[in-house]
Amino acid sequence: MGHEPVKFYQVGSFAVGNRLLDRDERTVQSDSGRSNSLTSGHRACQGCGEALGARYALDAAMRAAAGRLVAANATGCLEVFSTPYPETSWQIPWLHSLFGNAPAVATGMAAALKAKGRTDVRVVAQAGDGGTVDIGFGALSGMFERNDDVLFICYDNEAYMNTGVQRSGATPPAARTATTEAIGDEPGNVFGQGKNVPMLAVAHEIPYVATASVAELHDLERKVERAMGLRGARYIHILVPCPLGWQAASCDTVRLARLAAETGLFPLFEAEHGRVVDVRPIRKRVPVEDYLRPQGRYKHLFGEHGRPDLVAAIQEIADGNIERFGLLAEAVEAGAR
Amino acid sequence: MLTQIEGSKAVAEAVGLCRPEVVCAYPISPQTHIIEAVGAMVKAGRLGSCQFINVESEFAAMSVSIGASAMGARAYTATASQGLLFMAEAVYNAAGLGLPIVMTVANRAIGAPINIWNDHSDAMSVRDSGWIQLFAETNQEAADLHILAFRLAEELSVPVMVCVDGFVLTHAVERVDLPEQDQVDRFLPPFEPRQVLDPDEPVTIGAMVGPEAFTEVRYLAHALQLQALARIPSLATEFAAAFGRRSGGLVRPYRMEDAETVVLALGSVLGTVKDAVDSLREAGHRLGVLGVTTFRPFPAAAIADALSSARRVVVIEKAFSIGGHGILGADVALALGRSGRDGPRVHDVVAGLGGRPITEASLRRMLAEASEGRLPDFTFLDLDRGLVERELRRMDATRRSGPSAENLLRDLGVASTRIG
Repeated sequence: MGHEPVKFYQVGSFAVGNRLLDRDERTVQSDSGRSNSLTSGHRACQGCGEALGARYALDAAMRAAAGRLVAANATGCLEVFSTPYPETSWQIPWLHSLFGNAPAVATGMAAALKAKGRTDVRVVAQAGDGGTVDIGFGALSGMFERNDDVLFICYDNEAYMNTGVQRSGATPPAARTATTEAIGDEPGNVFGQGKNVPMLAVAHEIPYVATASVAELHDLERKVERAMGLRGARYIHILVPCPLGWQAASCDTVRLARLAAETGLFPLFEAEHGRVVDVRPIRKRVPVEDYLRPQGRYKHLFGEHGRPDLVAAIQEIADGNIERFGLLAEAVEAGAR
Repeated sequence: MLTQIEGSKAVAEAVGLCRPEVVCAYPISPQTHIIEAVGAMVKAGRLGSCQFINVESEFAAMSVSIGASAMGARAYTATASQGLLFMAEAVYNAAGLGLPIVMTVANRAIGAPINIWNDHSDAMSVRDSGWIQLFAETNQEAADLHILAFRLAEELSVPVMVCVDGFVLTHAVERVDLPEQDQVDRFLPPFEPRQVLDPDEPVTIGAMVGPEAFTEVRYLAHALQLQALARIPSLATEFAAAFGRRSGGLVRPYRMEDAETVVLALGSVLGTVKDAVDSLREAGHRLGVLGVTTFRPFPAAAIADALSSARRVVVIEKAFSIGGHGILGADVALALGRSGRDGPRVHDVVAGLGGRPITEASLRRMLAEASEGRLPDFTFLDLDRGLVERELRRMDATRRSGPSAENLLRDLGVASTRIG
């Protein structure tokens, strides 16, 4: 028995345990002094990716802003589970107005701060995918176009989960929702639709756009910190699996978020002023089937009456993303040289 | 300072004197001259660090105002017609959140058929939203009401809508006495919000409220309006002392002593009504006028008191509830019915829709009918019955969906005969 070297990647995911890192490289979440912006006791479902994403993102934003943060929140799961009157889970100043206006409300907050000459307080706005890509998109695009000093965070769980899992403009093809049932020749959500808001944000040429995942905490926190280091309109789109809507096990939230990235279905990238400047490489490429199978919303694609043709079509989408963003580690390294 | 000035510019000057901190607007006729003028003031540096934001919709205009007001800034916006409807969700929200935003509504009809001219259907569509609604009779009052509006809004933490008749007031050049900055500063103290988003004292605003407390929350909004009802007259008195003229208040009587027939109305039509009443009085008719400045909260008691010795009331209104009745008229009838007295008979006259001029001649004719007891309970002033009946016959003969406006215009000879 010789010396047993320290294994950095003990979970097989390339995630680095905080205890093995130098103190200043550890995550905000690992710090007992974190702000707990969204504190415990809220009413999110077990395994809620959105609660996880919001906690990670806002604590990182709070650290970057030295605790001087205000938030506008759209209607949706995050709002409902965190603030049933007279309770609240928010330990930051927080305002909920409507479903479709969080970007504009945040613009108003930022304008008020500017009018009062206060540069210490920073503004974030947050919404689910419905509040971002559908009903709030006009306001979001306006906020981007004016380059208002707001960090907008979208927690994308790919459907209207708060109202009972209906399709949104972010629902992926073939996914079953309550308004895209798994019946007929084209079961689930149809192919060839949907809105890629991260790329639309890039097209607005705002200072910073990033996609992030609750499976990649270091990466997510770094992106929030980067965004908070800039002024003007910034956008972070976080994939947050929803056990209820995805019909997946509560314990699989982080695993599914990781598989979404490793299949290429959810590319992790950063863009500045209209250009993609960095991607997070896929180190271990996996077929989309590994991601789809654990989710009940895709169960009509498998089994006796399965639809391998549709699985293949989804694989094509993943492959297209990998090529478009150059997501394979070799490509990234080649690009770096 | 006395000046010849367009109504919109007078409103903009008054708003500027109130030192707004965040102004945002989306252009819509006939509100445009107001926001253009405020925008120019901001750009010229006249309003200090005030932020003027060109937003992408009226929905955003009100939403930006909500964010700014919650952050403790004095927020102002202006809109009209379709714009007010497009922001309706946020209009209700601002009231629900108790944010003292002031908004000008340059009153305009609502389509379809699209129509840019004046009536009150826009303001009436949000009368139940929890906003205080004040109606300006003149451009002087349009300017003054904004100064009163900020004071009232911020004292009670409730939003105030100042309704100014589109084109009739907004685009008319009149003599207006614009106050001095120090006068306004003495009348309107800096905004001290009741609750504000502050990292030093984090609060959650906009929580979800279920059946256990929602009725109480709504009742409290009503109670706030009742407080406003008590405050508005004393504020008008303070305003008169500070600026040397009367503006605002709940209702304004004109030649009401001995009046058998009282005409009741909102906004700029009151000027023409007073002219008509003057000339009818010369002909021996006992007529008076009651202008309603505050429509929400509804001054039921003040109106019932003012009408206590009248035999009939003619309510002239630039909007109505389609399939129902007049809106102001229904409120007046309810106020009189609940006063417990044998009240006067209420006649509702819908007039001036979509910018149709309300002429003194038409008013005189209608009021003469009223004082002779020949006016029906619910009528439309200057309605072209022949035109309507021809179209009704056509609709009977051919079943056709869609608007009949083109047919009407062809009958009037104002549209190409190829239409329809």
